[in-house]
Amino acid sequence: MEFGFTTAAYVVAAVLFILSLGGLSGQESAKRAVWYGIVGMALAVFATLIGPGSGLWLLSVTLIAVGGIIGWYVANKVEMTEMPQLVAAMHSLVGLAAVFVGFNAHFEMANVAAIMANAPTSLNEAGLLAWVHEQHLGTFAELIVHKTSVELSILKVELFLGIFIGAVTFTGSVIAYGKLAGKMTSAAKKLLGGHVLNAGAAIISVLALIWYFNTGGLLPVLVMTAMALFIGYHLIMGIGGADMPVVVSMLNSYSGWAAAAIGFSLGNDLLIVVGALVGSSGAILSYIMCKAMNRSFVSVILGGFGGTTGSAMEVEGEHKPIDVDGVAAALDEADSVIIIPGYGMAVAQAQQNVAELTRKLRAKGKKVRFAIHPVAGRLPGHMNVLLAEAKVPYDIVLEMDEINEDFPDTDVVIVIGSNDIVNPAAQEDPNSPIAGMPVLECWKAKQVFVSKRGQGTGYSGIENPLFYKDNTRMYYGDAKDSIGALLATV
Amino acid sequence: MKLGTPKETFPGENRVALTPDSAKQLQKLGHECYIEAGAGAAAGFADAMYEAAGVSVVQTAAELWKEVDIIAKVRQPNETELKRLTAEKTLISFFNPAGNKDGLELAKSKGATVIAMEMVPRISRAQKMDALSSMANIAGYRAVIEAGNNFGRFFTGQVTAAGKVPPAKVLIVGAGVAGLAAIGTSTSLGAITYAFDVRPEVAEQVESMGAEFVYLDFEEAQQDGAATGGYASVSSPEFREAQLAKFHELASQVDIVITTALIPNREAPELWTEDMVKVMKPGSVIVDLAAEKGGNCKLTVADEKIVTDNGVTIIGYTDFPSRMATQSSILYATNIRHMMADLTPEKDGVVNHNMEDDVIRGATVTHKGEITWPPPPPKVAAIAAQKPKEKVKELSPEEKRAKEIATFKAETKRQVTLLGVGGGLLLAVGLVAPASFMQHFIVFVLSVFIGFQVIWNVSHSLHTPLMAVTNAISSIIILGALMQIGSGSFLVILLAALSAFMAGINIFGGFLVTRRMLAMFQKS
Repeated sequence: MEFGFTTAAYVVAAVLFILSLGGLSGQESAKRAVWYGIVGMALAVFATLIGPGSGLWLLSVTLIAVGGIIGWYVANKVEMTEMPQLVAAMHSLVGLAAVFVGFNAHFEMANVAAIMANAPTSLNEAGLLAWVHEQHLGTFAELIVHKTSVELSILKVELFLGIFIGAVTFTGSVIAYGKLAGKMTSAAKKLLGGHVLNAGAAIISVLALIWYFNTGGLLPVLVMTAMALFIGYHLIMGIGGADMPVVVSMLNSYSGWAAAAIGFSLGNDLLIVVGALVGSSGAILSYIMCKAMNRSFVSVILGGFGGTTGSAMEVEGEHKPIDVDGVAAALDEADSVIIIPGYGMAVAQAQQNVAELTRKLRAKGKKVRFAIHPVAGRLPGHMNVLLAEAKVPYDIVLEMDEINEDFPDTDVVIVIGSNDIVNPAAQEDPNSPIAGMPVLECWKAKQVFVSKRGQGTGYSGIENPLFYKDNTRMYYGDAKDSIGALLATV
Repeated sequence: MKLGTPKETFPGENRVALTPDSAKQLQKLGHECYIEAGAGAAAGFADAMYEAAGVSVVQTAAELWKEVDIIAKVRQPNETELKRLTAEKTLISFFNPAGNKDGLELAKSKGATVIAMEMVPRISRAQKMDALSSMANIAGYRAVIEAGNNFGRFFTGQVTAAGKVPPAKVLIVGAGVAGLAAIGTSTSLGAITYAFDVRPEVAEQVESMGAEFVYLDFEEAQQDGAATGGYASVSSPEFREAQLAKFHELASQVDIVITTALIPNREAPELWTEDMVKVMKPGSVIVDLAAEKGGNCKLTVADEKIVTDNGVTIIGYTDFPSRMATQSSILYATNIRHMMADLTPEKDGVVNHNMEDDVIRGATVTHKGEITWPPPPPKVAAIAAQKPKEKVKELSPEEKRAKEIATFKAETKRQVTLLGVGGGLLLAVGLVAPASFMQHFIVFVLSVFIGFQVIWNVSHSLHTPLMAVTNAISSIIILGALMQIGSGSFLVILLAALSAFMAGINIFGGFLVTRRMLAMFQKS
């Protein structure tokens, strides 16, 4: 049975998905691009429902509708500061779905094998197909019947891989969600044995694959699933909060590869195309994030900052605090201001106050800009979204490379809740754990104000010499309250 | 330990090294405080105020020197005072070790520890005990006030019903701590202020205080202030020539000149010559803060105010801080208190004279019967050395061309290698895999390729929407679930239904949240 229309619809959907991702190159075209994605998805689902997925279509539609309502509700309710958690949670759903679909493929295969064993031996090939069709097995099962034994072996590997990646994505995303939502400690934690445990689990999975390859039983699949679930859990537990942007984009990539692997086993080209697109997108994002931290992908995955030699430079001097009037006076005199937001701004929900401050300063004719480090926040592009939510125009929000040369000509820099991304030790101290990481060179400005909750070191626990510089003043307090107080005085 | 302050013996010295406030702080460090009767009177601190702060008032100097372990005073001690030292005692004071060899020898023979306040190194950590800076700050302020006192006109310009008043023009030579303080005072009084310094890097500080920096038409390698710990050093004869010419030009215009140029351990350089004084307008004022070291103007008489034949007043006072004794005592006593805080790190009243500490080592001039002056250079540089600016070499057209070709070649090589390896792998897979698999595999490889091409163009600020949208479309896995849901087995239907349900959440949630985010991005 061929579904010509469905295949055609898949081609159109694939093109729409590619356009949808490509459209994200600019803010304006992105608004159009998201519609391409929606139409593509609707088309793909519709074509499947009237074609190969027509069995029990009422149930399918109902379930999609119920899921859709929940999705709708969540998407409208979520705060922009909670985006990292939401994305992680959604990855876990894709991962779990991939595991289920993979299991189903296995069951179907077993079913078909059982039925084929009972098939009348007298039939020729065409007759056999007709007979199978009469058994009402569903479209996927009929696909399996066509396969030769080599193809069946490949199918086994494919679905095995799909389940493996899906399971890793599932537990990994659940842990990432827990860490990002603050439901569990975000510090890097490892069980006794560390990476040996992961390696062990991976080896067991490979052994299970060989076992499955030979027997086709359910047990090796279950063993492998348990191992994969453990790897996902343990891998992400071992990665600290500051590396979360890499983790989230990595899981994004995994969810794509899982879809692609399932696409192989189901013989569905659209799944393969989309899975590959999502997988490469996540991979590129991870690469960009790692580069922004000057760390290799492997060292992020293995967790924690490592590989430093010698002790870090001693920091001389002390923090010099300043009160709201001092900051207000400096802002009053400044002509150009650069604001560097970090995760602290998101935590304190200070973006509205920051935006209001920006509007006030701009109304006074001052040049106000934002400098965004690629790994600021817990998600790639996190800060941009928060500032956009607070209606900060995007043309004054600049990337690190665009603005780093402008700091020496800037009167006042306000650092709100960021730490490592403005740490001069990255350039000055070869022994620092973050040596060589590109940072925003805010200390070159005439004056720097750091809005910070207290004297503690940041996420990574690395001492920041910026706080001791002569042109730096510490403006202590919760970011939202401090900027609010500033609003009243400026 | 017991810390005491005697009355200053130097004639006309009004300052005192202990104030009631600093005594309270010292007591918190675990020290007992003593003061000689009447020591604070000239600075405005009566004995009763000290008593109220828990300080024991001792009647005579001799008694005080005998009683206490640590003596804190302001001026360099005289011989009588030094003779009162013993091996257990510590003296904290200005000491002028460079010009006080006898004093050093005497203190050494007594075995006492002497901490010279002027030797506190200029590093960030020691700023709180840098008495030279706190005194220079006062001197700078007071210099402007004294100048105003002897100047017959307003500082600020005014247009009044009784006529127009031009603003005074003030030139400040030397933009150290005193110079900057003078600039601040002068500009806040409304005068047009010019400032000069041999270190061009202070131009920014001068301008930040509201004065105009006087640049010379002179080409010379910049002096790096960092090499000399932030102090000025001797300049070349050519530089001096250009500088004097500039001053000559300014002399006829300015009303007030305040010179603060000092080079450590040297005679003050002559910057304001007799010729310049001659061309100044009558009624002009010169305040020479370098009078103690011979003066930046040779006409200056130390500790005196003179008027030249052409009516220019030259003030050579050396006791500006003492003229503001209350303020300077408060600051100096705070410097001493910080020094004591560093000496008693445990806050238990026990002095730990740690010679490993940069600040304590630097300031100590005699210790345990030895002269420890001059100190070794501190481990921490006062000011980070200026990095020489890297010159971007201008490439000739040929070099540029060669470079372009080289990068092009490298890129080609890389791409060809990647393609070769990728193609080889693909062929290897094709050798073993069946055709039906290869069909899908080609789709897969092409999609990855398109993905890489497309995603690199996504703008940085849209990375979060990108994740949300890829997340939404990765729910394409729903197609798999839909294809399986028609199967006969109940378990399969259940799992497929669950998958369809979860993917449904994802599709709607993902696209909606992306749309919400994108709608927020707007241009100004």
